[in-house]
Amino acid sequence: MFHSTTVLGEDDYQRLKASIDGLVRSANARVVFLVDKAGQLIAAGGAVSDLDTTSLASLTAGNIAATGGIAKLLRENEFATQYHEGKDAHVHIQVVKNRVILVVIFDARSSLGLVRLRVRKTAEELTAIFDDMNARPPSVRDAANFTEITDEDIDNLFND
Amino acid sequence: MPFINLFAREINCKVVYYGPGLGGKTTNIEVLNERVKPEARGQLLKLNTETERTLFYDFVPIDLAEVRGFKTRFLLYTTPGQVYYHATRKLVLKGVDGIVFVADSQLARADANELALEEMKEDLAEYGVDLADLPFVIQYNKRDLTQVTPIEELRRTLNPTGVPEFEAVASQGVGVSETFKAVARGVITKLRDQQGGGAPAPSGLGH
Repeated sequence: MFHSTTVLGEDDYQRLKASIDGLVRSANARVVFLVDKAGQLIAAGGAVSDLDTTSLASLTAGNIAATGGIAKLLRENEFATQYHEGKDAHVHIQVVKNRVILVVIFDARSSLGLVRLRVRKTAEELTAIFDDMNARPPSVRDAANFTEITDEDIDNLFND
Repeated sequence: MPFINLFAREINCKVVYYGPGLGGKTTNIEVLNERVKPEARGQLLKLNTETERTLFYDFVPIDLAEVRGFKTRFLLYTTPGQVYYHATRKLVLKGVDGIVFVADSQLARADANELALEEMKEDLAEYGVDLADLPFVIQYNKRDLTQVTPIEELRRTLNPTGVPEFEAVASQGVGVSETFKAVARGVITKLRDQQGGGAPAPSGLGH
């Protein structure tokens, strides 16, 4: 649901991360990241240390939302694939399962053809992981941490 | 929907500042970003028109302290206020966890406040969300101006259900932190109560 909480378990995160790291290598990409449609960064791989991934995640989701709006006006379902070509850096964006966004940033060490090919395979992997995640009942262990939050904990959030 | 990464031990929540044009939404998040400790400060992103009006949204991530070993990060968004940017305003509401409605207290903006609030409710309804289910606070901004609507009148028209409300002069930083704390508190409290009320939803990412 739109307003329920998304809990990403450790094992599932590791599987998503492994898939993304695999794409960094197989596509010779600079950076690969996975974002949900609300703009939350799910996982990232590659040379992320010199990038503002939080802003990138937000902007990518905004971009997909905006082109989704265009698609709707044109009575298309969505534009599942986008490509932005820069002078040095290029960005390939793929919507996976109509829910998450797979972003590949690459340069002259790779090519659009290679990225497209590898993204297709990774999208299948990610789809399988998400299907598996959704088929399983949620872990009670995952929830335990939050039921114990006290009002004092919440007050402490704002310790300046 | 708050996003919890158990591996990275992070909770991410999305809060949207909504309200009529030139009401002070961007000023609110600018002031907040200036006030947080440098290490908790994110990069303020502005998608503006050539005349410095918000075109799509402004965005800044703000890190709060840890709760139960989890880093809490609030992703703050503003919506474009101008009437004809309705389509983009609606997009920004996608996946929202908490809302601040920034009302403009000036007498001349009374209708604009009511229209913006109505539109927001309609847009949320189209996403299948009832505003009553979301952490929601109202800020009556620009209280320092002379031609302003009395608080009682603003309360009657904009806040009949009595959600947390704050008087503010955002341009001077007055009321900004209080407003944010109230919505952040609402989001985390709801997260706790949701988890306490039963098992969490599945990841939801693949649906």
